[in-house]
Amino acid sequence: MRPLKIELNEISVNYGKIHALKNLNLTINEGDYIGIVGPNGGGKSTMMKSILGLIKPSKGKITYCGTSLKKSDIRMGYVPQISDINRMFPITVEEVVLSGRMSKEIRPFFKYSEEDKKAVEEVLDTVGLKKLKNRQINELSGGEFQKMIIARALTLKPDILLLDEPTAMVDVMSQRQIFSLIKKLSKDITIVLITHHVQMISKNVKKLIYLDRNIIAEGDPNQVYQYAYLRPVHQSIKKRVVGGAHV
Amino acid sequence: MFKALLEYEFLQNAFLAAMITSIVGGIVGVIIVEKKLVMMTGGIAHTSYGGVGLGYLLGFEPIIGAFMFSIMAALGIGVIKNKSTGSKDIIIAMFWSLGMALGILFIGLTPGYPPMVSSYLFGNILSVTRFDLILMSILAVIILTLIFVFYQDWKAHLFDQQFTQIMRKKTNVLEYVLLILLALTVVVLIRVVGIILVIALLSVPASASSYLTGKLHLRMVYSMIFSFVFILSGLVVSYYTDISTGAVIVFAAVILYLLTWLYSRRLLYKENLKGE
Repeated sequence: MRPLKIELNEISVNYGKIHALKNLNLTINEGDYIGIVGPNGGGKSTMMKSILGLIKPSKGKITYCGTSLKKSDIRMGYVPQISDINRMFPITVEEVVLSGRMSKEIRPFFKYSEEDKKAVEEVLDTVGLKKLKNRQINELSGGEFQKMIIARALTLKPDILLLDEPTAMVDVMSQRQIFSLIKKLSKDITIVLITHHVQMISKNVKKLIYLDRNIIAEGDPNQVYQYAYLRPVHQSIKKRVVGGAHV
Repeated sequence: MFKALLEYEFLQNAFLAAMITSIVGGIVGVIIVEKKLVMMTGGIAHTSYGGVGLGYLLGFEPIIGAFMFSIMAALGIGVIKNKSTGSKDIIIAMFWSLGMALGILFIGLTPGYPPMVSSYLFGNILSVTRFDLILMSILAVIILTLIFVFYQDWKAHLFDQQFTQIMRKKTNVLEYVLLILLALTVVVLIRVVGIILVIALLSVPASASSYLTGKLHLRMVYSMIFSFVFILSGLVVSYYTDISTGAVIVFAAVILYLLTWLYSRRLLYKENLKGE
């Protein structure tokens, strides 16, 4: 694992008058496996896209091993939300995963090498999709589609893998397979994972962060889970009982 | 008609225009449909009417005016969309109506009898001149070269732009080149199908081909064949009657779209029966 340090210093992101993130501080080191949880609209995806350089923060700075994203040689793999991608696009599984091997330059008459194809075979084997490499992506299930997107990110040989709700719109069996795959990958790659399936990942992640525009709680997964989820649930139940409503 | 085709230059021009238009429209149409740029293309096409009007007013070829206005519209919409937080639809609608308004204004200011603009609005393949043909050919070569030389980059970009951005590819360059390609395609199609009906010829063959195959390059091939059939039907009907080519092309396109849709439903039904 290559040395890695991504630092978010006092990051704020605004969409018009809405503050998606406010003065956020976070450090990601090599070997981390961080779970990010929190309410919808709490800024989880915005934070991830800021790290990836897709969104420019309104305030604050992000450094990658002490330098800017442009100057750094950090390789970042990204698994976006399934809804961000056109699942009906006419392309095969192999072609999608191969696109992870493209160079950053726009090259005329670009052709993938045999080495690229071999690397893709290996990655498809890792995620369990080798048999489906010639399938059109519109024939894949939700779980298979997400594994393909993970495979594409892995072909970059990333130092860090950022996953945004990789188990959304996926059945329970596939959810388990994907979380188990991510756990396996976390041995070699730094991972930041956004999810709503807190219970499924709380045993795996090294650190859990509850994000709602800023970090509300972070640290030991069980403690964060107790603090962020069980406490408000108990409180709301208590309120509803006191109010005389059915629980 | 075949004998006449060998005899008359205007028919030869029309036939060559049909071929060029179907190749360009078929290929770019698939890109437009997959990247969801149909309304953007409509906006660029309608803005070009301002250029047609300016051509008549200042006395130069209206198609050159359409070419200039299309490029300006494509880049203008692209820049404003990237720099502002406003809705993309509203920006397109503004260009759309402003272009039409400018066209009407310029034509109104043109001295003498009002020019016949219907061939630009609704298309008339039989009025394609040698000059139009040369311009169409040059633009077609530019469009096809840009698409085929950078095919793999386009494929990755069209599938997931965010990913190409993360790979640190110059996605802005790809995006603006794509918009310019749309503008050039609009210019190629205007003389055949007209400003108002351009989006039909770009979107219907591409959408119909999506019912027949899941492969990108095959979709382009089917889309080209469909476009050629539609344009040829427009040409034949226009030759024997005095009906606008654009209108016939759109009728043929919509009928074939419905047929391919029904065919795909039938295939799906058969597959479901097999599954049971």
